[in-house]
Amino acid sequence: MPWLTLIGAVPLVGALAVWLPFTPAAKARVVALATSVVALVLTLAMALQFDVGTAGEYQFAETYRWIPDLGVSYALGVDGIALTMVALSAVLVPVCVLAGWNELEPEQSKTFFALMLVLETFMIGVFAARDVFLFYVFFEAMLVPVYFLIGFFGGPNRRYAAVKFFLYSLFGGLVMLVAVIALYVQGPGGPDGFLTDKLTGLDFSGTATERLIFLGFFLAFAIKAPMWPVHTWLPDAAAEAPAGVAVLLVGVLDKVGTFGMLTLCLPLFPEASKWAVPVVIVLAVVSVIYGALLAIGQSDLKRLIAYTSISHFGFIVLGVFAMTSYGQSGSALYMVNHGFSTAALFLVAGMLIARRGSARIEDYGGLQRSTPLLAGVFLVAGMSSLALPGLSSFVSEFLVLVGTFTRYPAAAIVATVGIILAALYILLTYQRMFTGPKRDYAAGWRDLDAREAFVVAPLIAVIIALGFFPKPVLDVLNPAVERTMQQVGVTDPEPTVAGVTPAAEGTTP
Amino acid sequence: MTPLIAEGTRATAEAASGTLQTGAWLLVGLPLLGAAVLLLGGRRTNAWGHWLAVALSWASFVWGALLFLDLRGLDAEQRVRNLHLFDWVPAGDKATGFNVSAGLQLDPLSVAFVLLVTFVGSLILVYSVAYMEHDPDRRRFFAYLNLFVASMLLLVLADNYLLLYVGWEGVGLASYLLIGFWNHNPAYAAASKKAFIANRVGDLGLSIAIMLMFAGFGTVSFAEVLPNADKASEGLLTAIGLMLLLGACGKSAQFPLQSWLGDAMAGPTPVSALIHAATMVTAGVYLVVRSGPIFEGAPTAQLVVVIVGAVTLVFGAVVGCAKDDIKKALAASTMSQIGYMMLAAGLGPIGYYFAIFHLLTHGFFKAGMFLGAGSVMHGMNDSVDMRRFGGLSTAMVTTYATFGLGWLAILGIPPFSGFWSKDGIIETAFATGEGWRPWVFGLTAMLGAAVTAFYMSRLFFMTFRGRKRWPEEAHPHESPALMTVPMIVLSVGSAALGFLLWSGSRFEHWLEPVTGGGVEGEPVIPKYVLMAITVALVLGGAFFAWSRYGSAAATVPQEAPRGSVLTRAARRDLYQDDVNEALLMRPGQYLTRSLVFVDNRGVDGVVRGVAAGIGGIAGRLRRWQTGFVRSYATSMLAGVLVVALGILAVRV
Repeated sequence: MPWLTLIGAVPLVGALAVWLPFTPAAKARVVALATSVVALVLTLAMALQFDVGTAGEYQFAETYRWIPDLGVSYALGVDGIALTMVALSAVLVPVCVLAGWNELEPEQSKTFFALMLVLETFMIGVFAARDVFLFYVFFEAMLVPVYFLIGFFGGPNRRYAAVKFFLYSLFGGLVMLVAVIALYVQGPGGPDGFLTDKLTGLDFSGTATERLIFLGFFLAFAIKAPMWPVHTWLPDAAAEAPAGVAVLLVGVLDKVGTFGMLTLCLPLFPEASKWAVPVVIVLAVVSVIYGALLAIGQSDLKRLIAYTSISHFGFIVLGVFAMTSYGQSGSALYMVNHGFSTAALFLVAGMLIARRGSARIEDYGGLQRSTPLLAGVFLVAGMSSLALPGLSSFVSEFLVLVGTFTRYPAAAIVATVGIILAALYILLTYQRMFTGPKRDYAAGWRDLDAREAFVVAPLIAVIIALGFFPKPVLDVLNPAVERTMQQVGVTDPEPTVAGVTPAAEGTTP
Repeated sequence: MTPLIAEGTRATAEAASGTLQTGAWLLVGLPLLGAAVLLLGGRRTNAWGHWLAVALSWASFVWGALLFLDLRGLDAEQRVRNLHLFDWVPAGDKATGFNVSAGLQLDPLSVAFVLLVTFVGSLILVYSVAYMEHDPDRRRFFAYLNLFVASMLLLVLADNYLLLYVGWEGVGLASYLLIGFWNHNPAYAAASKKAFIANRVGDLGLSIAIMLMFAGFGTVSFAEVLPNADKASEGLLTAIGLMLLLGACGKSAQFPLQSWLGDAMAGPTPVSALIHAATMVTAGVYLVVRSGPIFEGAPTAQLVVVIVGAVTLVFGAVVGCAKDDIKKALAASTMSQIGYMMLAAGLGPIGYYFAIFHLLTHGFFKAGMFLGAGSVMHGMNDSVDMRRFGGLSTAMVTTYATFGLGWLAILGIPPFSGFWSKDGIIETAFATGEGWRPWVFGLTAMLGAAVTAFYMSRLFFMTFRGRKRWPEEAHPHESPALMTVPMIVLSVGSAALGFLLWSGSRFEHWLEPVTGGGVEGEPVIPKYVLMAITVALVLGGAFFAWSRYGSAAATVPQEAPRGSVLTRAARRDLYQDDVNEALLMRPGQYLTRSLVFVDNRGVDGVVRGVAAGIGGIAGRLRRWQTGFVRSYATSMLAGVLVVALGILAVRV
């Protein structure tokens, strides 16, 4: 059964159904929700059949020749890392559809939900692509729905934000395009010469060639992720986008950048990746600290969340390039966890902004007394963002830090300062928005209603569950990461103390 | 027949013992369940939620007490039991990766903590039922308290440093939530944030310590790190030790991370009693004692522990002398008493014993006094200004009597609890190390006891003795039984617990499987002379306080006089906030603001400038906007063409 094609096609069909003229506008959201739920159910059904034992291999593979003259195939398949990302997309889309339930006039909502579903198709495609050219096509195609979603449905500065987002992505995409062609030229060619498998483990014609092609890919991914100093499009885009779109943009789309680094840059260009490690580590640490400091200084709630994500992406990149198995597993897990905690933050932000009509933090205050449930949800999401032990992000963040520490202790220590800054940006915001005496503006506000509870409850549940029991996800990720480690040709550093004896057996009651 | 019955009884006993131990996770699970029910159950649980919280906390205590009896029935060397719960973080390679499982370690140290936390905790929960009776958010309060108890138990029961970290941060979260329980008051909200941030600075240390451990030992479990500590280099152990100490300083309000504790008194008084006096703030001491083998291999780190303890004990004592707010004075005293424990914890195995011993007695007498303070506030319209108290002994007899026992205990008057533990610390300080060390640390601890006697007596006399200085609207009255009974129980502990644990070296032997048991050295001044001098100094301090605040002749002005330079400094916590503000907060704000400016103008500007330079794109944005996606489609088409041509070129 072509699982991945099916999962990708369902939202596309749904988008068509939503968009067709004979679908009543008022039903658009229902169709959209139903479609995305079907895609989610299919994804879960697929995940249940995924063989964890061989999570390092690509499963549910489909390979068809597409444009043989150009070496392009339609090849899909997921390893453990890709599977979790596909699942993340499939979980978040229905949540975001539900979050946008009442945001728009019925007439507008047709376009909005159709675009969301198209975006889901592209996101699933980009994570499942096993052909570099196909990956590139999805990578670029994703921009179009996002551009329209921001440009049509965003805040007052939506045009500026949408165009800026576009230009950055376009620039990254074009550089990557050149690199994609150059990579093909280095490969064996043939009618399926773009298959990722055929391009892995190449003998490059020269060190400089490998490095240049690597840089082409890396730059595109760094813009997408985004890393300092090519990050400035994100705060604008995330601040202007409707909450649900911001969730998909920051929670899923940007992960394509870090996903590409881990699953393309490293296996395709092992030597160049190792060569780039020092610079990338520095940029990642700068992103961690810079993003956090900037978040502390923001006066707009959504821009603040965007900057916290820049800090978090810094952590993810750090773990990928620290070249330890637990650091990379941590990064892959971080991509999932960050998706959920940032989604929760953006969605609560959206609920508050919908009530107050402003995203300025100073327009709030005292809300804990008026809307205790919203305050509680914000706090849990915030605590996950600051990586409170016991919540999901802690596990991944600590793995990244310890994975970095065993190789680059100085970088890890500087990055650890990020945990103090994270406490500041979350708690300062909570203090400004939710504490203090009850204020008049919130009189008559309803607290979290049933629909909103359905939006955030799954996210909170995942945040808590993965904090105490991340094993199912880690079990899926570990084999894929180990394979990457082998492809790059690195092994974990040994403990420095010799002759450590394991714990004595038999003390368990 | 008889052997058969005996056999059967033994089998039953073993089965019971097994159940007790394998079910130890319930210690954490029961209060956690309470927190979940109360938080998720919403208003439906308003009527009975607090009693559920109380019941579950007592249930944890009962389980803990049975477990204690069970362990006591085993041979000393068998009293360390590890209970594997589940694979928690299996990350990366199976052999070389980071693999941590969730497990509990039941041993004399953790069980001692379990008993302290659940017993004192449950009493305080009972007290809170009455204390918080009229608060509209009482349910939320009990949910947080249960969350705290669960986290604290996880902290002390975890069998590895990563899981300990979860409990460590869980108590921090509960503390944050409870300090800010009345966060409609902006100052209280700020206080809760301050506590969390200071603790996070400590967490930085704990995080790095765990990373160092993993890099060194390849594991973070107690059972694998601690017995192997002697194989590691002194440099590594020193680094781990100092980082652990940083963590301990944050949690236990030790110098230089002490500034949050005074502000934390913003929380309801039962919170101050449980979290910010009896249990959570002593977690740093637990961490140091638990990591004993690491510190023993790192004399420098040990010395720093002692110095931090000594500085904090003096710092807290000085601040305590100047405070007029009864809770802040008690907070300063807590800081100072934990300084004693920290100092002891840096003195090696025999010090561990005294540190934990003092931790237990302090848990009783300080919690008792805090509850007493709460009772006074309850009767005085929530006032905390001791300058407006005075002569309360007649109005609140039970509070006066129970507080009095706590006061005698903290002074270290024989035979009350504090005497046995604090005197032990002073003696050990005089007996450990060579050259200047026993003198400096011993004398510090001894003089600290005198200052403690002064400010605690000042507090006691200002509140209960002397002339009445009440505001007109005050009608002091004794608190209801739900509040006084816990106070009475704690005061019995304040009076007798020290002797009970000390006699026959009971507690020392109990802890031996963990601390390794040390031999008490010979103090540089003979033991009994030391004891006599200490008691004399304590009586002197108390008498001085009596003459100024307690005697019939003493007058206590209702407005605080200007005071000397030192008094003014002590009132402002020796300018700790001003220092933090000048060194950290203001530069930080400046940095953040300038970065925001740079990011908006600079980084973005440069990128836009480059873009403009390359393609003149920036300038044309406005005109392009409408047709932009069309041009994008064109450029994508162009892209595809380029690929096609490129590939054809290669193939040809």
